[in-house]
Amino acid sequence: MRVDITVNGAAQEHEVEPRMLLVQYLRDTVGLTGTKVGCDTSSCGACTVLVDGESVKSCTMLAAQADGASVTTIEGLASNGALHPVQQAFHEHHGLQCGFCTAGMVMATVSLLAEHPDPTEADVRNGLEGNLCRCTGYQNIVKAALAAAQSSGARP
Amino acid sequence: MTTVIGTRVLRREDQALLTGTARFVDDIRIPGMLHAKLVRSPFAHARIASIDTTEAAAMPGVRAVLTAADLQDDFETPLPCAWPVTPDMVNPPHWPLASGEVHYAGDAVAVVVADSPAAARDAVEGVVVEYEELPAVVDLEDALSDSVLAHSDLSSNTSYTWPLTPDPDAVERAFADAAFTVKERYVHQRLIPMAIEPRGVCVVPEPYGGNFTVYSATQIPHILKVQLGICTGLPEHKLRVVAPSVGGGFGSKLDVYSEEVLCLALARRLRAPVRWTEERGENTQATVHGRGQIQEMELAADADGRITAVRANVVADMGAYLQLVTPGVPLLGGFIYHGVYDVPAYSFTCTGVFTNCTPTDAYRGAGRPEATYAIERAIDALAREVGVDPVEIRRRNFITADAFPYQTSAGLTYDSGNYGAALEAALDLTGYQALRDEQATRRERNDSKHLGIGISAYVEMCGLAPSRLLSQLSFGAGGWEHAEVRVLPTCKVEVVTGTAPHGQGHETSWAMIVADKLGVAVDDVEVLHSDTAISHLGLDTYGSRSLAVGGTAICVACDKVIEKAKAIAAHQFEAAEADIEFSGGAFHVRGTPSRVLPLPAVAFEAFTAHNLPDHIEPNLTASASYDPENFTFPFGVHVAVVEIDGDTGEIELTRYVAVDDCGNQVNPLIVEGQVHGGVVQGIAQALYEEAVYDEAGQLRTASLADYLVPSAADVPNLELGHTVTPSPVTPLGVKGVGEAGTIGAAPAVINAVIDALAPLGVTDIEMPASPQRVWRAMRDAPTTAGGGR
Repeated sequence: MRVDITVNGAAQEHEVEPRMLLVQYLRDTVGLTGTKVGCDTSSCGACTVLVDGESVKSCTMLAAQADGASVTTIEGLASNGALHPVQQAFHEHHGLQCGFCTAGMVMATVSLLAEHPDPTEADVRNGLEGNLCRCTGYQNIVKAALAAAQSSGARP
Repeated sequence: MTTVIGTRVLRREDQALLTGTARFVDDIRIPGMLHAKLVRSPFAHARIASIDTTEAAAMPGVRAVLTAADLQDDFETPLPCAWPVTPDMVNPPHWPLASGEVHYAGDAVAVVVADSPAAARDAVEGVVVEYEELPAVVDLEDALSDSVLAHSDLSSNTSYTWPLTPDPDAVERAFADAAFTVKERYVHQRLIPMAIEPRGVCVVPEPYGGNFTVYSATQIPHILKVQLGICTGLPEHKLRVVAPSVGGGFGSKLDVYSEEVLCLALARRLRAPVRWTEERGENTQATVHGRGQIQEMELAADADGRITAVRANVVADMGAYLQLVTPGVPLLGGFIYHGVYDVPAYSFTCTGVFTNCTPTDAYRGAGRPEATYAIERAIDALAREVGVDPVEIRRRNFITADAFPYQTSAGLTYDSGNYGAALEAALDLTGYQALRDEQATRRERNDSKHLGIGISAYVEMCGLAPSRLLSQLSFGAGGWEHAEVRVLPTCKVEVVTGTAPHGQGHETSWAMIVADKLGVAVDDVEVLHSDTAISHLGLDTYGSRSLAVGGTAICVACDKVIEKAKAIAAHQFEAAEADIEFSGGAFHVRGTPSRVLPLPAVAFEAFTAHNLPDHIEPNLTASASYDPENFTFPFGVHVAVVEIDGDTGEIELTRYVAVDDCGNQVNPLIVEGQVHGGVVQGIAQALYEEAVYDEAGQLRTASLADYLVPSAADVPNLELGHTVTPSPVTPLGVKGVGEAGTIGAAPAVINAVIDALAPLGVTDIEMPASPQRVWRAMRDAPTTAGGGR
């Protein structure tokens, strides 16, 4: 079946199998491998992207369901070579180690801050509950999210 | 000049990872790539009656369906176990595909190769395997009794018994003369390492020359290369192993796996690139597990509560097969069951047994969390016997700061330490006395929230490892590390390291070390690693070894570069080599600081070779293989504070204080990150995680929906402090920090839980301390004073 999806601002048209997941579409059809697959139960959040501005685990959505939507992935977050404030905060506060959960964690944080521009630590911890990290113990991810909220332009 | 070492340099690794441009194995796209999927046994123990691949082989897009019988000429040896801990250790052959019998649920019996992952997955369903189910052994003590055999062709489930009993009579005497004794039984549940990136491998035959490039999500590209050559019979020099960005390991990617060997054999057979990507449901069953031990821990003590002997007997779950270092994992803890305490008599014995469960192997800490848990639980039990505070019992027993280097009764030499200082720092940071006062107040008013404070003091062995010591332990390889430093003509520097980082930030830290040694800018140093075509020699990253051994190799190579540069500078100055000094990135003649030759001038001179002394070869490069003389011994004191709901058993970890001493810190930002992650993995063992099998050997926690990896909402903000006791073993004074947090955390948390419930008479809680277990402990407690309303 044919899907028209805008990915990181660029219109895309593809023939896809009806069973194709959005994450497979992004990685294998569009060739954007920044979005990761870490589980098969929608538990880890490594595949989190924004669909029409809302965070979605792209392993729980079919590409067909995203027909007509606008998808933002980790590759589309930086603009003109400058990191998005959330990316910059993750860098400055050592919010990543191996980096495998990072794309999903950053996208979830962008979405969280859009909903809660001035979150408490508890808001951040609860808001990122759907994204697992095995390296950082979350401490510096939480710190980065709070710092990003403080910096201007943290909204997507 | 200012030094870079010790400063919080932001990581150079981040940019690619933060923008989605870093390449992990599954991100690599090779034209014409085929996709492998494995047919895995649904039974924990069964005889394979037949395998019919006809239907699967005829399915669209399928290139091959192969069983062990088809592949019998493709492998020279079974998968390796590099650590035969005793001469009589039993090691059943572990071939990439099982034949005859399967020994755990997830054991692979056939492999499908197809044009797409979907076609391969469909074909897996088309392979018809008939099994005759056999009784499975899951429980560790059942396994020890040999009532059911995990391998039908073995006469016992015991793989080996390894004793460390330097002076058995001294231990006997100490127990005979003891004023106090403690005898406890502790269970270390099985854990699933659960790196967020599952494993993956992609093997590419080069178009000519018979070479293969193996991309693998591995911690050990160098070791893997050697072992792939041995297993497949392919000449080692025709293999190139690349570990691209690797998404966490924690020991689970420190192995040689069936899928790596299979994909290489398949690429050779089919003359095509072959890739395999692990699904999470496979990862929980086909990637090694950790821990899985039952410990019997005994202390003898004198009338003052000073420990006179430690006797530990451990039964360790090997799982179904011995993987790369499976039998050696308990030994890594076997020397430190007396921990940070001055104990004159020591005895440790470990028995490794097979079960019909996923093989175990190294998991963050590997033996040391188990040892630390045993001694730190037991010393709290001793404090209760003696009737003193947990702090006081530790103070009485610490190896004192003036005793280093300290010869332990287990046979190690602890390099340096100041345990008392770490304890005081942790108590200060915690506000220990105020918490004890609050606890007393709460107990008086029968508060339904039980407050508990738990302490854990740990020491660990890092810097794996002196090769001669490894030989004494029958380990199949050495413990050195290799580095090459190349000062290029323009004075930019390339450093090649044999370490293989997967989140530890070596590119940043190693550049900092070189910048300080050579007086160049951090940004002028490139760190190359994890590709055996670039980094020819190395022993990779595990066991908190990389800085202490790999970092030291870089220092030694830098020293050689400086020595060579001094000879070149002396020639230019027409001075004696012995009179040349190097500081601030420049050479000068001692006593004549006005005559200066900066490093770039020497580097260019070495490149042009126009005017070198007779005995000096062109180019300013040097390499070093460094073999450490001793382990390093990081230590620390952790304090956990919990509140337990007297009605529900729910535990809230309200505070966590960690004071760690890893010697000198190269990059405190990275050190803290390592401690954060390590502590949370320890907390996870204490409170959340357990690989649960049913009696038939089915893993009940085979997904991230069932296996409780904590989220940000499940853990507190950690309060970190540190002390600095440099190691005399390493030139930088560093020790290692990758596993420290995990080693310290679990006993601190469990001691806090038991402390909270002490008024009820509770003296034991098994990990993970789930609300249900805590509630049951309160229900079954000898007294109900103060809780359980």
